[in-house]
Amino acid sequence: MNMAQVMDMDGIDINSDDDQYLTFILAGEEYGVDILRVQEIKGWDQVTQIPNTPDYVKGVINLRGTIVPIIDLRERFSLESIPYGATTVVIVLRVESDTGSRIMGIVVDAVSEVYNIAEVDLKAAPDFGQAISTDFVHGLSTVDEKMVIVLDIDHLLNSSVLSSLDKNIE
Amino acid sequence: MGIDISQFLDTFYEESFEGLDTMETELLALNPGAADSESINTIFRAAHSIKGGSGTFGLNAVADFTHVLETLLDEMRDGKRDVTQQAVDLMLSSVDVLREMLSALRESADLDSERITTVHDQLEAMLKGGDDGKAAETAPTDEAVDGVEQGGNSKWTVVFKPFNGLYRTGNDPVRIIRELDDLCSIVSEIDLSTLPEFDLLDPEECHLSWTIHLDGDITEAQIKDVFAWVEDDCELTVEKVSSPHADVENDSDASAAVVAASEETIDAAKETETPAATAPAVKKTPAAKKAAAGESGSIRVGIDKVDALINMVGELVITQSMLNQLGEEFTMDRVQRLQEGLVELEQHTRELQENVMRIRMLPISFSFNRFPRLVHDLSSKLNKKIELKVSGEQTELDKTVMEKIGDPLVHLVRNSLDHGIESPEERVKQGKPETGVLSLNAYHQGGNIVIEITDDGAGLNAEKILKKALEKGIVKEGDNLPPEKIYDLIFQPGFSTAEQVSDVSGRGVGMDVVRRNVKDLGGAVEVISEPGVGSTFTIRLPLTLAILDGQLVRVGDETYVVPLISIIESLQINMDNVNSIAGGAELYKLRNDYLPIIRLHELFCVETENHELSGGLLMVVEGDGHQAGIFVDDLLGQQQVVIKSLESNFKKVEGLSGATILGDGTVALILDIPGLVSLSRHRGDASASTQAAVA
Repeated sequence: MNMAQVMDMDGIDINSDDDQYLTFILAGEEYGVDILRVQEIKGWDQVTQIPNTPDYVKGVINLRGTIVPIIDLRERFSLESIPYGATTVVIVLRVESDTGSRIMGIVVDAVSEVYNIAEVDLKAAPDFGQAISTDFVHGLSTVDEKMVIVLDIDHLLNSSVLSSLDKNIE
Repeated sequence: MGIDISQFLDTFYEESFEGLDTMETELLALNPGAADSESINTIFRAAHSIKGGSGTFGLNAVADFTHVLETLLDEMRDGKRDVTQQAVDLMLSSVDVLREMLSALRESADLDSERITTVHDQLEAMLKGGDDGKAAETAPTDEAVDGVEQGGNSKWTVVFKPFNGLYRTGNDPVRIIRELDDLCSIVSEIDLSTLPEFDLLDPEECHLSWTIHLDGDITEAQIKDVFAWVEDDCELTVEKVSSPHADVENDSDASAAVVAASEETIDAAKETETPAATAPAVKKTPAAKKAAAGESGSIRVGIDKVDALINMVGELVITQSMLNQLGEEFTMDRVQRLQEGLVELEQHTRELQENVMRIRMLPISFSFNRFPRLVHDLSSKLNKKIELKVSGEQTELDKTVMEKIGDPLVHLVRNSLDHGIESPEERVKQGKPETGVLSLNAYHQGGNIVIEITDDGAGLNAEKILKKALEKGIVKEGDNLPPEKIYDLIFQPGFSTAEQVSDVSGRGVGMDVVRRNVKDLGGAVEVISEPGVGSTFTIRLPLTLAILDGQLVRVGDETYVVPLISIIESLQINMDNVNSIAGGAELYKLRNDYLPIIRLHELFCVETENHELSGGLLMVVEGDGHQAGIFVDDLLGQQQVVIKSLESNFKKVEGLSGATILGDGTVALILDIPGLVSLSRHRGDASASTQAAVA
């Protein structure tokens, strides 16, 4: 059993101090999320729109009998939207909040890699002042000379964040 | 190897609450003076199992309390004591106390020990005899005998001959004798005469018998009680020993009687406190019930329902393997066979679904059962004579619906008792029978359950309601409302016409809460009333919260589900009937009403090629008492849909009550009609105010 696991994990450096992050590409930048929160990765499929919600809430899908909301991360970050293509994927994540856990999907340009990043290697995002909110950035890390932005998805996809934005729209 | 009995604790609580309910029902049905021995037996059995169970789980407070109650019941069962109204009332309050104790223990909350002691003492007092003059008069000899039995020391000889198979029933004579030892001093003689030769001895059989001499302050009932579990597995004789010290004993009895008498006076003094103690308790009970209703808990399911399910799953598996086989070696000439198989599969799936739903269904009697008590308590409190008639209590509905409908029902019943039914004098004056009738009725109608609460009281006073409504500014002077509309006003928030705020009702938070609760369940409540004849409140509820009868509608490319219960009619739009006010709000003239038109595509920002009213359909819906017309592109079909929550993974969206998954796997949103109506009104207000601001 243990052997098999080790075999499966072959190629990935197993180090207990490191957390594994799944990274994805969004407008040229690489973002990472805690891999343990990733439920599955699936291709973009038609959604059912939810009326009177922010634009970045694309709608809901049926994930084996559960209604899962889908959020377009480009629009959430106010990036220019691009048409969904062959590499566009939905990463289904488990989001923890005070009221319990919920399942949500995010639409990203493409999935990239799985990296091992030690907690100590994460640097706090610099303070940009009022200009840019960095609340949802858990930290920055450098992998192979590239910057990886590790997201705090609990904060990013928090329901109160969703509804407060909602109020702004109203 | 100890068994962890705590796992059975929940079951014990559940069974005890059931037992208490049974006791309550039977107590209410008891006719003082002419009690049915079968009912007393039922009550006794319930009390006995609670006592046994609580003893096993070490809940000694409950066990001790029940023991006294049980002793009292036992005397009634043996005909040694008359069933008086006083005794019944005392037992009812004991049931309350027990219920509180058990729920407090279950939630590890504090016990109201003062109240427990009060009722406990009252029970003890009643047991001791003379707190009840009538009983003493009617059965003086019995009382006297009781007095002797309970008063002083008495000697008993118990001959206990267990049958051979005693051990197989899980009983152990050692335990029984030890229990006797706890009660009083014992001298036990063992009889080894039936013990076989050693080589013939079967160690699993009991060959011994005992003669036990008891000496102490105990009664026959107490002794019998110890042997209650083995009654059927032994020969048992309990004899009182007439000792040469009889005279002395009688003397001591006399002194004991004096002690008892003095205790009585203390008890009597305590009793005067009781009304105060019981009054808040009456209020406490519904609250406790509410807490219990909030728990998800477990359901008891009849074995027949489970068997039916297993059968059905069996069928399903057979069909599935048949289809599987068919699929493995499929040729076109077997299409017919495949279609038959699919039809079968559909049928089995539907049956399975229906049966699974049926598991959650409970007869409404679970909810109705609390009303005899409520009516009993309230009618004596209000000095009214009220007869409760219950029918259709076998009507089944979903457990969650039932839990949530309990409180609104209680409220309506209280309301009918308090405001509806007049005092006996008033009734006689009106030429009506002195006793008012409150009837509860439940039946199925279509996919709904209908609950009716009817009283033959004064009916609603339209004038008074209208006056109050004017005062509160709910209606305007000069509004000419038909009677139904006036009666409907009582469901408005903050509306109560009770001249005096009473303990029973009249805080003005009532009817609107009832309506809201019923609405939350997807139902409706309405009232019909006739002055002097009475009122009927009708609650209409869906049978289950999990499935909804829906109408699918199309707007643009989107499909929405409209609950069938909110739809009044759907019609082709006749442009002659469309009017618009100041270019903004659109109205549709339907017969004599003007309905606001809600354009769903505008409200939901859905793209559609169809913007002209003339090309679409108007679906007339009712929500929150307001009618409106929803403009949709097309009606698709009706089907039952399984309601899925949007909130669990997302959040509540105004105008939507949930989502469902259609046959093709896509998600369709379920419209929340009352929410939609208010959403469109807010929109209207907002646009109107911006217009005003611009002007």
